[in-house]
Parts: sequence; C-alpha cells; structure tokens
Amino acid sequence: MKDMGQGFVTPDGRRIGGPVMEVKNITLRFGGVTALSDISFDIREGEVRAIIGPNGAGKSSMLNVINGFYHPQEGEVWFRGAKRGPMKPHQIAHQGIARTFQNIALFKGMSTLDNIMSGRLTKMKASMFSQAYWFGAAEREETEHREAVERIIDFLEIQAIRKTPVGRLPYGLQKRVELGRALAAEPSLLLLDEPMAGMNVEEKEDMSRFILDVNDEFGTTIALIEHDMGVVMDISDRVVVLDYGRKIGDGPPDEVRNDQAVIDAYLGVPHE
Amino acid sequence: MGDHVAPPEALDTLPKILDWNATARAGLPASREKAFGIWQSFTWADVREEARAFALGLLNLGLAPGDRVAIVGENRPRLYWAMAASQMCGAVPVPVYQDSVAEEMQYVLDHAGARFAVVENQEQVDKLLSVKDRLPALERMIYVEPRGLRRYDHERLHAFGEVQARGRAGADRAEELDALIASAKGADTCVMLYTSGTTGKPKGVVLSHDNILSAARSSSVFDDLCAADSVLAYLPMAWVGDFIFSMGQAYVCGFSVACPESAETMLSDLKEIGPTYFFAPPRVFENLLTSVMIRMEDAGTLKKWLFRVFMDHAKRVGPDILDGKPVGFMDRLKYRLGDLLVYGPLKNTLGMSRVRLGYTAGEAIGPEIFQFYRALGVNLKQLYGQTEASVFITMQPNGEVRADTVGVPSPGVELRIDEKGEVWYRSPGVFVEYYKQPEKTAETKDPEGWVATGDAGFIEEGTGHLRIIDRAKDVGKMADGSLFAPKFIENKLKFFPDILEAVVFGAGREMCCAFVNIDLGSVGNWAERNNIAYASYTELAQHPRVYETIRAHVEAVNRSLAEDPMLAGGQIHRFVVLHKQLDADDGELTRTQKVRRTIIADRYAPIIEALYSGAKEIFAETEVTYEDGRKGKISATLRIEDAAVVPAQRRAAA
Repeated sequence: MKDMGQGFVTPDGRRIGGPVMEVKNITLRFGGVTALSDISFDIREGEVRAIIGPNGAGKSSMLNVINGFYHPQEGEVWFRGAKRGPMKPHQIAHQGIARTFQNIALFKGMSTLDNIMSGRLTKMKASMFSQAYWFGAAEREETEHREAVERIIDFLEIQAIRKTPVGRLPYGLQKRVELGRALAAEPSLLLLDEPMAGMNVEEKEDMSRFILDVNDEFGTTIALIEHDMGVVMDISDRVVVLDYGRKIGDGPPDEVRNDQAVIDAYLGVPHE
Repeated sequence: MGDHVAPPEALDTLPKILDWNATARAGLPASREKAFGIWQSFTWADVREEARAFALGLLNLGLAPGDRVAIVGENRPRLYWAMAASQMCGAVPVPVYQDSVAEEMQYVLDHAGARFAVVENQEQVDKLLSVKDRLPALERMIYVEPRGLRRYDHERLHAFGEVQARGRAGADRAEELDALIASAKGADTCVMLYTSGTTGKPKGVVLSHDNILSAARSSSVFDDLCAADSVLAYLPMAWVGDFIFSMGQAYVCGFSVACPESAETMLSDLKEIGPTYFFAPPRVFENLLTSVMIRMEDAGTLKKWLFRVFMDHAKRVGPDILDGKPVGFMDRLKYRLGDLLVYGPLKNTLGMSRVRLGYTAGEAIGPEIFQFYRALGVNLKQLYGQTEASVFITMQPNGEVRADTVGVPSPGVELRIDEKGEVWYRSPGVFVEYYKQPEKTAETKDPEGWVATGDAGFIEEGTGHLRIIDRAKDVGKMADGSLFAPKFIENKLKFFPDILEAVVFGAGREMCCAFVNIDLGSVGNWAERNNIAYASYTELAQHPRVYETIRAHVEAVNRSLAEDPMLAGGQIHRFVVLHKQLDADDGELTRTQKVRRTIIADRYAPIIEALYSGAKEIFAETEVTYEDGRKGKISATLRIEDAAVVPAQRRAAA
C-alpha cells in the first residue's frame, strides 16, 4: 500500500482519497466510567475501515460517536472538513451517513420491500397530503423510489423475500435487509455495527462479498465494527484496534495482526 | 396471422426460423425476464435483433464456423440469445450444467474444445478462471451480469452488452452473417449436450438441426401447441428437455419463454406468469403437493372439510371430466362448485391456473400424486425420453393418460423390444453421434439407427402403451424363466406412505419375497392416532397391526402385478418387516438412498433363508454403525408372514 499524498492505492487497485471523517482526542464518559479515552483516527474516502477489539473495548460507543448519537465530553469530530457540533439523528442522516445495528432494528411486521423503502425517507419530498392521497408528485416519487429499492433488492439478491414480512426471515437474511435499508439512503459513509455477528460461515462469506461489492460498485466509504478477526483482516483496508477504551493499534491488517499489543489484547497476557 | 401457422418445412435451421418469426410473428412476445421487480418482454423482432447484434460481435471477436461456444448459467434470455447467435455464426452452442464444480466444467469444456464461453455471472467466471490453465482452447469469456467483475482483467473477458455494441458498430459484416445463416443445413450440428452420466465421464450428444426440428415439429402437432402458449424455463439449460421446450418448440410454435428472476423465486414467478405449458420432474410435483397438504393441516375446520369433500369428489370424477368421458350431470355440477371453491384457488396458488398441458418424466411418479393434479383439472401427462432421442420416445395422447404407462410412440418413432426385454427406438430425432467417441456411439446406436435405451419394458397388449419396468441391467429371471424386475415391484411398494424402503428377492428363485422398512413418520403417526403404544422402532415394526397394514399393502401390489401376465410371476409370497432401517452408514444404501442389493443379501442372509424355508419367525442380530462411528447390535425376533397371491389374469382389452 503506497501513500500518495492525501490518499493511497490498495493492492487490488482501488483509489483511496483523503479523510472523510476525523475523530480527534475523543474521550467519552458515562458517569464515572470512561468508555473511550483520547482516541484519534480518520476514515478516508472509499476505504473499508474496521474498528475491532475485545468485548467491552468501546467499539459500539465509538460508532455512536461517529454517528453523532453520543456526544463526547472531550475531543472533536470532523466530517468533510467541518467540525461537527451536537446534532439530531435526522440531521446526521441528511449528511449522508447511514448505519445498521448490532441488534437488528427492522420493522418486523413489514415486508422486506417496505423496510428498504423506509430507508428512502430522507429522499422523499412530496407533502404529507399528496402522499396520503397518492397523487401527483407522490405517485411519481414512489415509482422512482421503488426503482431504487428494486435495484438494492437485486444487488443483495433478496428477490425471493421481497414481500415476506422480515420477522419471518432467518437472522442472516434480516441482516441483509438491514444493510439494504441503510443503502437505500444512498449514504456516502456507511457504518456497520457487527454486520456478521451470529452468522454461520457461509452467511459471513456472503455478507463479506456484499460489503466489498457495495464499496466497489457505489464507492461507499465503510466503517465497520467486527468481532471476527479473520473476516476483518480479509475485507478491510485499515484497522483500528481498541482495548479498554484506548487505541492500541492502527494500520493495514497485516501490520495490526503482528502487533504485540494487539495480540496481547486478544489472547491475554499471563499474570506474573 | 393465426396462432397455428407454422414456419415452412423448408426452414431447416433454428436461425432461419428465427428470421421467419421476426417478420411473421414480429410483435408477439418471445422472451420474458423480470428486471428490478417488473416483467420485461422481448418480441420475436427484438430477439432477432439482439441475437444478431451478439452474433456480429462474436464474428468480430473471431468466432469461426464449427467452433464450440460453452453456455454456462441459469436460464436467462441473453444466454438463449447467445445460443441462437452462435448458431447464426455456424458455431455450436454447448450448454453446461451451471451448478457443476470447476473440475466437471473443465472436463466438458475441454472435451468440447470450446473457444468461447458465455457465462451468467462472476461465480461462473471465477470457476472457469480457476481451471483456465487446463483449458488451452478457451480464448474468450463473455458475461451477462457485470456485478463484481469491474476490476477483472478484460483482455479476454467481455461484457455481453459490449459484444453487442461491437456487433452493432461492425454491421458491415451483416452480409457475411446472412450468408452463414443461409448456407447452414439441417444436417449441421444444432447443439451439443453433455449427458450427466451416472457411469463414467459425461458424453457429448451431438444433435443436428434436423433432429431438434423434427422432434419439436412433431411434438408440437401432437399436443397442439401454438403461439399463444407460454412456458417458464427453470430447468437446467444443459438438459435436453429445456433445449427442446425453450428453443426448439418455442421457435417452431412461436410461444413465449419466461425466465424466473432467480432459482428461489421460481414458485412465485410461476404464479405470476401462469404458463400454459409446464414441465417438471416428479419431485417438483411431489413437493408442491406436500406443501399444500402441510398448509391444509393448519387450516380451519371449515376449510379442511371443504377440501376433503371436494377433493374426494375430484378424485372420483375429475380425471374422467378431463379425459372427456361421460360423467353424470350432478357430478359435473358438484365438480363445477368445487372448482369455484377449492380447485380454482388451489390451482392459482400452485401457479397452474392456465396450465393446459403438463408433462412429467425422468422417473416413476406416484399414482396418487399424478391423480391429484389430474383430479384438479391439470392435464398432467407422462412422457418417456432421452437426450439421444431429442427427448421424445413415447408420449401420452390426451384421453389415454395413466399413471403406470409412459404412452404411445411419439410421431415418427419406431419401438422394438429385444429378447432381453430392453427397449430400442428409431426416429428422426436420433442423435448424430457422441462427440469424439465413435466406439461409444457404436455401442449405443446400431448401423440401422436403432438406439438402446438401457431400460427394460414392454408394450401393453391392446393399448399399445409402453410400460417401463426397470433399468435393463437390473432385470433378472426367476427360476421358471419369468421376468423379475425388483425395482419395479419395490417402487410399487414404496408408493405407500407407510413403506419407506423395500427390497425384493427372487432372481433365480421359485418365488419372490420382500424386506420392508416402515416409515416411522407415517406409521408412528398412525399408531398415535390408534392408541398403539410402542417403545422403539423395532417394537413398532413388529406390532401385529403394523403387519396387518403392511400385508394389505403387499397384497394390493400383488393384485396389480397379477394384471400383467409378464409381471405376475413377481408377486410377493412372503415378507418380513425389518427391525432396523436400512442405512447408508451401514453400507446398505448408497449416499443417494439407493438399495445395495448384494450387501443387504449378505448381511441378512439368515433372514432370507428363513423367508424361503417357510419358518414363521427368525431371531436376527444385526450390527449397526452409529453416526459417530461407534458400533452396536440390534437384535429381535422377526415375524415372517405370507401374503395372498393372485393367479395371473389377462387384462381385458381396452
């Protein structure tokens, strides 16, 4: 991996640009508990960035900070060259950041199609009145959005469950639908919270392919939290390692894999 | 322009017929495909334009007459167009099973010497790239679905659209293409299909345009197919049936071929498209029926009652109404009512509302399953065919449909049964040769053009229907010289849901005896309903009332065997219900659940001896292997019972 000024080129030929998101000296406390302390790293345009660490390392907290859901007591979050103040979730969504959740947060009673359609919400412009009566702008708009949703269904190969209520789907497929809903917002930065948790090997392989394809086809920048080291090392360009709320490693997968601090964090160190 | 106007006989290749269709049937739909959730149609004029553009692109890339073009993927209109385009260029399409692993694919492509491969997606591209070192002849790959392939080296890899764009840009070669189409003859190779080959390596069956067109033309007339028909192409493109239905017959009749969105959406696509002409192996019909029955179990009391009452009625009169036989007015009225309340909605759910012609083939279909669909008013028929025959050997004419025959010889087919009982045929559809295997060709096809099917069967007196008994190599003789067809009898037994597996002995013996395995699900359920307590499989198997049931089944099989003088000798005199299930872990079955006769005969020799010695019971001890590899023993005293046999009778002339 060669550094080319602001960005670099990955071994498989993708061009990674300058930073999209920079977190600087973040410290987050819940009462007396310090979840994150003094963490800094960046996420660059077009890369797959992983945040890993053992249980309780502060990964999800970190994602929630990036997401704007938590407001850190110290430190700054810079998004596309501007310092970000406290925001409401819908404001974040309008910035082009979408996410999935560790515990699937879909509308269980709604179909796959409707769930993904709900991801288009930020794109809908028609007034509530015309939507309610489905005429004029609303009708045109729905056709347009339906097409976008169908492209996602095709992309994620979930045609067979288009009209199935998601509550009836197996876990792995629900995860895929959730990814679909996040994609529906056409984000420029996609945050994935343990996209492969609880999946079997085959489902993990499928999901890895979808993540790489999203990155490749749409040029979406991806930041993901993952437990499974093997998967992370295979699909990410750069990895941040957290342990007890501190950053203990940051770099390309191969470098991180051989880092003694990282190995200790994952395997433990013997007590003298 | 009527629906039944066929292209002139003088058009002797598929590309010539496509040209004719593009004018005579210009506006009629030819292919359908679901793109982004909406069905898209292509007319015959569109298909010709698309295929021509692709053909010109292939010429531009250097495809030459006589080259082989591998086609790998699930049913997609573009892959069908690619086959037509190859034929336009005088090249030979070779559809390959898309689910085969890289090694199998490598064998076929290498044997066929394919220079080009048109594949569906990244998965297939990856597969072929992984074996490209062993495919020296393969020069170019063209893919339909670009997803994930953007970063691949495109020196010898092309997108389908890009090849078409090349073709459209280089339209100056159109005259050359027209000349190639015009110079092709009916004797030229139309397609090469590799048979899956249960024994040894697959063989490339070479079929000419004459083969395909004569089979397609005569079968279309036989079943009155027309341009208004439609099919769903969901069976593998490498299978001869799909080629005949989706290319041969579709071109000749001008009907439309819809491709499912994906393999998983097949059932909902079936419902949306509502084909009029439907083909499925017995397994598919069985699964559909099972899913209906399971859903009926969960239905409310009223629905269950309606279903039971009207299905009973349908089973009684439905098939006769379908065959146009006389049925009483009240029965007809009740059937109409049933159609409104039960059959119609059910057929709609199954996607068979519009099916006016359904075929099943490949293996024996259970009579209840067969009758179920016919009772609903679905004209399900059986045919018997082979790749080597361009499918059709025999078919059932309307009005003469039965579960136990495969029909009368298709138009133009001659049948012959040799002294060993093996079925031979000769027809215009008979294949040219096995590609690059003259000795194999000679083994299968004699100099006069007769082809051995490898199946034993006989032609029923009176009706002229062919009945297939078994694979020829499995058929033996009993001591008195009468025919012994174990698989045929076993299948008859296995059609009873209570019987999971059966093994019949009798080769070289005076009489037939049988081992029976009960189906724990079905018999266990029955025991529960009848308050019969049992502690183990062995105990249930030996229960006197289970024996009663099984004896009734065996005797029913005997009665049906007695109806055929040729098979009457195979009636089962004595039987035993085994104390354990035959299991692949014990080597008694193959991994595909086929019985291994010799191993079973060896392991259970004392029981067989007892069957023939006239003993009333036998103590048996059998070693079993558990799933984790440990071994144990099961022992039990088994009852041996006699079953009534019926003297052979002549079937009354039909």
